[in-house]
Amino acid sequence: MSADTIVSLPDQSTARIPKDNFITRENGLLSWLLTGDHKRIAILYLISLSFFFFIGGALAGLIRLELLTPQTDLMATDTYNKVFTMHGVIMIFFFLVPSVPATLGNFLIPMMIGAKDLALPKINLLSWYLYMAGGILAIYTMATGGVDTGWTFTTPLSTHYVNTNVLTTGLAVFVAGFSSIFTGLNFIVTIHKMRAPGMTWFRLPLFVWSHYAASILMVLATPVVAIAIVLVALERTLGIGVFDPTKGGDPLLFQHLFWFYSHPAVYIMILPGMGVISEVISTFSRKRVFGYTAVAFSSVAIAVFGFFVWAHHMFIMGISNYAVLVFSLLTMLVAVPSAIKIFNWTFTLYKGSITFETPMLYAFGFLGLFTIGGMTGVFLGTSGTDIHLTETYFIVAHFHFVMVGGMLMAFLAGLHFWWPKITGRMYPEKISQMAAVITFVGFNLTFFPQFILGTLGMPRRYASYPPEFQVLNVFSTAGATILGVGYLLPVLYLLWSLKYGIIAGNNPWQATGLEWQTQSPPLTENFAVQPVMDHEAYDYAWLERQQEATKEEEVTSAG
Amino acid sequence: MPDSPLIAPKTDEVNYKADSADSPHDQHPAYLRHHFNSTDQQADATNFAMWLFLLTEVMFFGGLFTAYLIYRNWYYPAFVAGSHQLNVIWGTTNTVVLILSSFTMAMGVWCAETGRRKGLVLCLSLTFILGLGFLGIKTIEYSEKIEKHHVPGFHYSLSSFTDPASDPEIFKEYHDKPLRADMARHTEVYFSLYFAMTGMHALHMIIGIAILAFMIVRARAGAYTSGHVTFVENFGLYWHFVDIVWIYLFALLYLISRHQ
Repeated sequence: MSADTIVSLPDQSTARIPKDNFITRENGLLSWLLTGDHKRIAILYLISLSFFFFIGGALAGLIRLELLTPQTDLMATDTYNKVFTMHGVIMIFFFLVPSVPATLGNFLIPMMIGAKDLALPKINLLSWYLYMAGGILAIYTMATGGVDTGWTFTTPLSTHYVNTNVLTTGLAVFVAGFSSIFTGLNFIVTIHKMRAPGMTWFRLPLFVWSHYAASILMVLATPVVAIAIVLVALERTLGIGVFDPTKGGDPLLFQHLFWFYSHPAVYIMILPGMGVISEVISTFSRKRVFGYTAVAFSSVAIAVFGFFVWAHHMFIMGISNYAVLVFSLLTMLVAVPSAIKIFNWTFTLYKGSITFETPMLYAFGFLGLFTIGGMTGVFLGTSGTDIHLTETYFIVAHFHFVMVGGMLMAFLAGLHFWWPKITGRMYPEKISQMAAVITFVGFNLTFFPQFILGTLGMPRRYASYPPEFQVLNVFSTAGATILGVGYLLPVLYLLWSLKYGIIAGNNPWQATGLEWQTQSPPLTENFAVQPVMDHEAYDYAWLERQQEATKEEEVTSAG
Repeated sequence: MPDSPLIAPKTDEVNYKADSADSPHDQHPAYLRHHFNSTDQQADATNFAMWLFLLTEVMFFGGLFTAYLIYRNWYYPAFVAGSHQLNVIWGTTNTVVLILSSFTMAMGVWCAETGRRKGLVLCLSLTFILGLGFLGIKTIEYSEKIEKHHVPGFHYSLSSFTDPASDPEIFKEYHDKPLRADMARHTEVYFSLYFAMTGMHALHMIIGIAILAFMIVRARAGAYTSGHVTFVENFGLYWHFVDIVWIYLFALLYLISRHQ
């Protein structure tokens, strides 16, 4: 069988779940809560992340319900402020930032590089506990009245004027930030020091490259927002004057420090998703990723450029025109590595043997939606259009296209793709394909009208709006309902599949990564023998030879 | 069959790998964690992780240094007047104390590497005491600021800056001209940064001293003198980093106008 025919997936009727795997090795709650195993920690993260995602999602539902009508009828305006603030805080710091890295990255990076675990298992567990501590603080904040500054903690609003729970929210973000730093640090050390023999940098799966780039951002950018939050807290409690204009401080400095993290943070969120897309697209078109080296370096380029564009969030905040000019130019530059990725994925599809399993459907969704999200980013990087569009629904639509349309699609693609590896069982294919389509339709219906609303001038962060905007808002709310169904379905059928799913076998997708060459679910040490990498990444010819060899071995031993 | 020669060496290779993975198993030192192949790899990885962590610390303090840089350029006279309120004698003493503690820490690392248990306990204890000494002196300095109402947001008083003569001790030494009210107001930014920067530094000292206490107990039991020295080495890196931060703080906060 050669690489340009449709590959038949292996027969699953004889597959069995191995008795000894990382799930069955030890039992009891404590064996999970005190584990050092990166795979178990990934599952802890997956459960807690899903929980926070649905809280954030419920808040989004409330926002869309309020915006169904032009009047403020569902909740008071300050409640609305709290709802969108908590939606932002929870979705960004407790879902998007850790989503792919802490779950799939945690699970897969050691396996992909042929290691037994991450370099620092205790730090990995610590990062989950910090995440939970931050998350519980955020929930506590919500239960005791919430916070209404917006997720950006804008000073002097956050330091002087609001009387809501800025401090506990700030602490929650601070603590979650350290969880993210430790995850990134662990990944960098692991990728540098734990690779299997023969696993050179340019044999690494692109998933690992993109996580490496994201980890650099986590390690270098997160501490800056940590100190910014500390200063806000000190200003709010003790009244120091670093950001306080009445004392000579400058609120703009807070914006600089905050966006120095929070702009790279969007690349922390999207880069791991891009890694997932590289794996999925290669596997389901049975081709090596086109321009492997360019895709690998584009991840690093995004990380590097990502550090020098933060001030494009501040074009209307009174920074100098020359700064606007420079940051506008640098912002355009980020489009280059992003486009390299999109083009290379598309070229990978060209003449590939494409099949349409669920992960691939989500990946297609990613390609389209991320492209729209990215292109509208160029509108916003251009200072002239930015001044018209900023603080309108155009912005909201733009970053939801990138974060929800891009990142969340990638997360779901990855979750379905590696689900058989994680649990040993397949998800039900038909219903999950349906869920992928529902998500795509619902997403577009929710957020596309918001581009139009934004260009028409509807501002974000208001509970009421002029009646002429209602039709588009009704579309958007209807779309959000469909989107909600699209997200609930996977929860139901994935849980169902834990018990009733077809047993997957080691390599149900015929993928080439090292993680697929071991049993599913994997052993606690991942591999029975230390793997040695003797071929390039995405080498489907190697996989074929390997399987021919195994088959012959079976035949010989049977004979 | 063209494929059969391919299979035979492959099986050999697998057996060889399985052997090499198993054979040194019994010779592992107890501190080698199961997921590392060798103690070298373990030491290498944890050491690299520590350097990365220090990099995050650089970025953490970097935010404060950026703020300092901007405001010092905007409000230079206020920063000069503010720095005159700091006690250079105490500051210098504290710098010496910290450099000494770095020396004792470095000696501690050496003792651990060469297996001198008593020497290690002594060095760590000295570092511990010097660290506490630093915090003690810092407390004296902070209480001076509280007495003179130089704590921002806490009955902050401008009188030392609008009317330097009202503060005879400092005036005798520097003969500062009075600042205009709007510039004098900005001394509060200076003291905000002073407390934020030295406070964050002191917090790092407190964490370091707590870890030192833990290490002294473990070192007495001989935990670090039987070959597993990475923890002491990495803590040493942290301690030196905290010292270096102080040296910058000392120059930037205490010595602003010394060249004039």
